[in-house]
Amino acid sequence: MARVTLQALRHSYYPKPQSDADWALKRIDLEWRDGGAYALLGPSGCGKTTLLNLISGLLQPTEGRLLFDDRDVTKASPEQRNIAQVFQFPVIYDTMTVYDNLAFPLRNRRVARAEIDRRVREIAAMLDLDHMLTKRASGLTADGKQKISLGRGLVRSDVNVVMFDEPLTVIDPHLKWVLRSKLKELHYRINRTMIYVTHDQTEALTFADQVVVMKDGAVMQVGTPVELFERPRHTFVGHFIGSPGMNVLPCEIRNGKVVFAGLALDGLKVGSYRDEGKRLELGVRPEFVHFAPAGIPVQVVKVADAGRHRIVEARHATHVIKLLVPEGEAIPAEGAYVRFEPDRTQVYQDGWMVT
Amino acid sequence: MNKVVNQRAWIFVLPVVLLVAFNAIIPLMTVVNFSVQETFGDNVFSWAGLTWFEQVLHSERFHAALLRQLMFTAIILVIEIPLGLVIALNMPRKGPWVSVCLVLMALPLLIPWNVVGAMWNIFALPDIGLLGRGLNWIGFEYNYTRQPFAAWFTMVLMDVWHWTSLVVLLCYAGLMSIPDAYYQAAKVDGARRWAVFRHIQLPKLKYVLTIAILLRFMDSFMIYTEAIVLTGGGPGNATTFLSIDLQKIALGQFDLGPAGAMSIVYFLIILLLSWLFYTLMMRSEEK
Repeated sequence: MARVTLQALRHSYYPKPQSDADWALKRIDLEWRDGGAYALLGPSGCGKTTLLNLISGLLQPTEGRLLFDDRDVTKASPEQRNIAQVFQFPVIYDTMTVYDNLAFPLRNRRVARAEIDRRVREIAAMLDLDHMLTKRASGLTADGKQKISLGRGLVRSDVNVVMFDEPLTVIDPHLKWVLRSKLKELHYRINRTMIYVTHDQTEALTFADQVVVMKDGAVMQVGTPVELFERPRHTFVGHFIGSPGMNVLPCEIRNGKVVFAGLALDGLKVGSYRDEGKRLELGVRPEFVHFAPAGIPVQVVKVADAGRHRIVEARHATHVIKLLVPEGEAIPAEGAYVRFEPDRTQVYQDGWMVT
Repeated sequence: MNKVVNQRAWIFVLPVVLLVAFNAIIPLMTVVNFSVQETFGDNVFSWAGLTWFEQVLHSERFHAALLRQLMFTAIILVIEIPLGLVIALNMPRKGPWVSVCLVLMALPLLIPWNVVGAMWNIFALPDIGLLGRGLNWIGFEYNYTRQPFAAWFTMVLMDVWHWTSLVVLLCYAGLMSIPDAYYQAAKVDGARRWAVFRHIQLPKLKYVLTIAILLRFMDSFMIYTEAIVLTGGGPGNATTFLSIDLQKIALGQFDLGPAGAMSIVYFLIILLLSWLFYTLMMRSEEK
């Protein structure tokens, strides 16, 4: 168990990085609490696996330091760091039984036989693998194999961090849910620092206490799922998280008021912000846009039923505004108006939140 | 569901059937034909039944050639398979040296077999060959045209030089197909070099190694060209393998009957041993 600290960490796959684009991972400073559950979330190629491999020690950072508690492990090998990692595709040792697979990391560390047996049986029971311990691992289904990978990650009692690199990618949808809640339960039971990499927001938001949203090798926001949802610090976060994502609309500020398409929006606080001639946008989640008797005149273009609510696509001039309408609420056909909840609407300058 | 019966498929299969018939089945049938008849000049044949087979199976000459053949194959398998595996394990996985290594490895395979024999014949000559002269110079009495052991030594060395590459290339291809995640997982699990080999690389190379062993077994069991050019079966009969002996009987003595019978026995031995190898190697999988 350990607190993980990243200090000015940077990484490039080129020997001599020149431009900004050469850095696979831009400067990162983070501190993760001992025993916490964290997720790295972002689209493919955003550097989340790079960051994970830096923490596990499969990669050495070009710059910066990595600390486990107060110990500098920047140059340590994965084995010295004493971490566990579960990969995207289940890695099992084909020729061994399920039991031997789970025992493998312990045997390599010369743990006493009785202790190995106790740990293996305990983990196998947690993962519901106990009835197939003597089976050959190669005969299992994909989710069974991934369970073994998880088990090998969790079997050592002294690991500092357990890391998951999109572990549910190859699992059938109905089993994903089972494994996901299993993971959550395991985190609760063994209480170890866990880092989970994914591009699936549902996985990230359900698993983690804190989510790190990444894009193009940079951290966009670190926050709890609620923070990411209610106050995305960057339009990318607003757009990437939520379904559908946040509405991002061009706006200006005149006389301390936010103006969208010539209409002043009441109640939106901009504080001391002064327009500096930069590109301004306002962001509001579809959940916080409502039909109203007056406000922004719109035309309803499309209605999609999504079960408990409907996703309505409305248009004001050339701007598309999405809103969520709960089941049972009427959707006006003609002459509709929408309004944005003022304290759930943010203003962004060059993509970053200003209010 | 009704299966559509379509006789037209035969038209597409026919060319292959004809090809195989001309290059394999018909020649084989000629051999069968010879093996059960006494042949005289002017295409006169008379029925001989199983006489030739009995003669071959009881012939000491055949037994000796078979024994030499088995020994040769065993020796080269024991050397080439582990050696090929070790070389493949130590070849670079990326970078500019990959192509250099691959080309170097492929070179021996690209040389015509009789040229290989001729090359080694000259290379090993005790008076002018680099190898033969060199060995004598450092104090070994070496003359492969007179000493059976030297002849065997040269023969084995030549085969190892010629064919280990095949094993290397097969194993290398197999190794390259192992995803990186396995090595990373092994690192995280704290596996040592030997454990990585034993539990990841070897199991993943199983099929490739089976193919390599089968190919090397069959080819070495039928070795002819290089051997006949290098030693011609000598000194004496020291390196007269089955194929060389067969050639001597069939074309040297023109005993078509015994040669036919021997061919069939030879063929059946290869078939049987290949089947045995394959089943044994695949059997261990299911346990």
